[in-house]
Amino acid sequence: MIVTVISVILILAGLIFFLGAAVGVIRFPDFYTRMHAAGKGDTLSSLLVLLGFAVYQLRDFESFSESWLILLVILKLIAISAFILITSPTSTHALMDAGWEDKVKPEIAKDRSNHLGEDCPKRK
Amino acid sequence: MEKGTTKIALYRAIVFGLLMVTWVIFSGLLDGFHLTLGVISCGLVTWMSSDLLFDDREIGLRARMRQAVRATIYLFWLLWQIVLANLHLLKIAFGSAGLRQPQIVRYKTELKSDFEKFLLANSITLTPGTVTIKILGDTFYIHAISDFAVEGLNGEMDRRIAHIFADSPSTGETDTSES
Repeated sequence: MIVTVISVILILAGLIFFLGAAVGVIRFPDFYTRMHAAGKGDTLSSLLVLLGFAVYQLRDFESFSESWLILLVILKLIAISAFILITSPTSTHALMDAGWEDKVKPEIAKDRSNHLGEDCPKRK
Repeated sequence: MEKGTTKIALYRAIVFGLLMVTWVIFSGLLDGFHLTLGVISCGLVTWMSSDLLFDDREIGLRARMRQAVRATIYLFWLLWQIVLANLHLLKIAFGSAGLRQPQIVRYKTELKSDFEKFLLANSITLTPGTVTIKILGDTFYIHAISDFAVEGLNGEMDRRIAHIFADSPSTGETDTSES
């Protein structure tokens, strides 16, 4: 029972962060800020949802000798989380870089710096 | 020379062990047939490409273990930072436009090796409101979504990453497995 409650809480928290990411993608003004929402929101929410699944697996865990297969499922879920944790920021970075190389104009707030624009002015 | 060959054998054994553990986790079948298949394929992979996993074979087992423990501690710290990052992002996503001050800042790092830089770039991307756009030499160009995010770039992450690899003898090459 308590295991189910914990897993539901984790999955719900993940969904809330997913919602935040989706709202961010729609509301933010330009490509770069949208990537913030997409890249970060996805990572944590996927991790939380997968963790919730892993915890849910424990609900009918009785003894190690009988239910060690459940542990394997949990380990697989953790492996998926690890892959997401490595690949998600890498792909976000790759997309941002591609956007810059493709001369997508960032929206810079008033009185704030754009050092990349100063140091590598866009090629014509 | 004698010592070098034992180290190579040691690293091969480690690679084989890691592959075999992964095999067992993903297969879940412990009968003789599947385990034999696992041993054959893990052995083949180890024989052909075991040198892909750990770059620097001079580091002893003990130092490796220390690095692994520190990397794990760093991972948990990073996870906590990711939670904070997402709370901040949630606030910005639902809040007014006044909360956003998008900007691109320079960030110099002391870290030398490629793997450390990769780790730092990924960590920056995951933590509050900052995404690495470009790395030129030791300068990172970071897109930050708000002033609060820029304040987060205070070098603490650098120190923590440098601490993980503090005792590897050659600073140029570190391994690529403990992430």
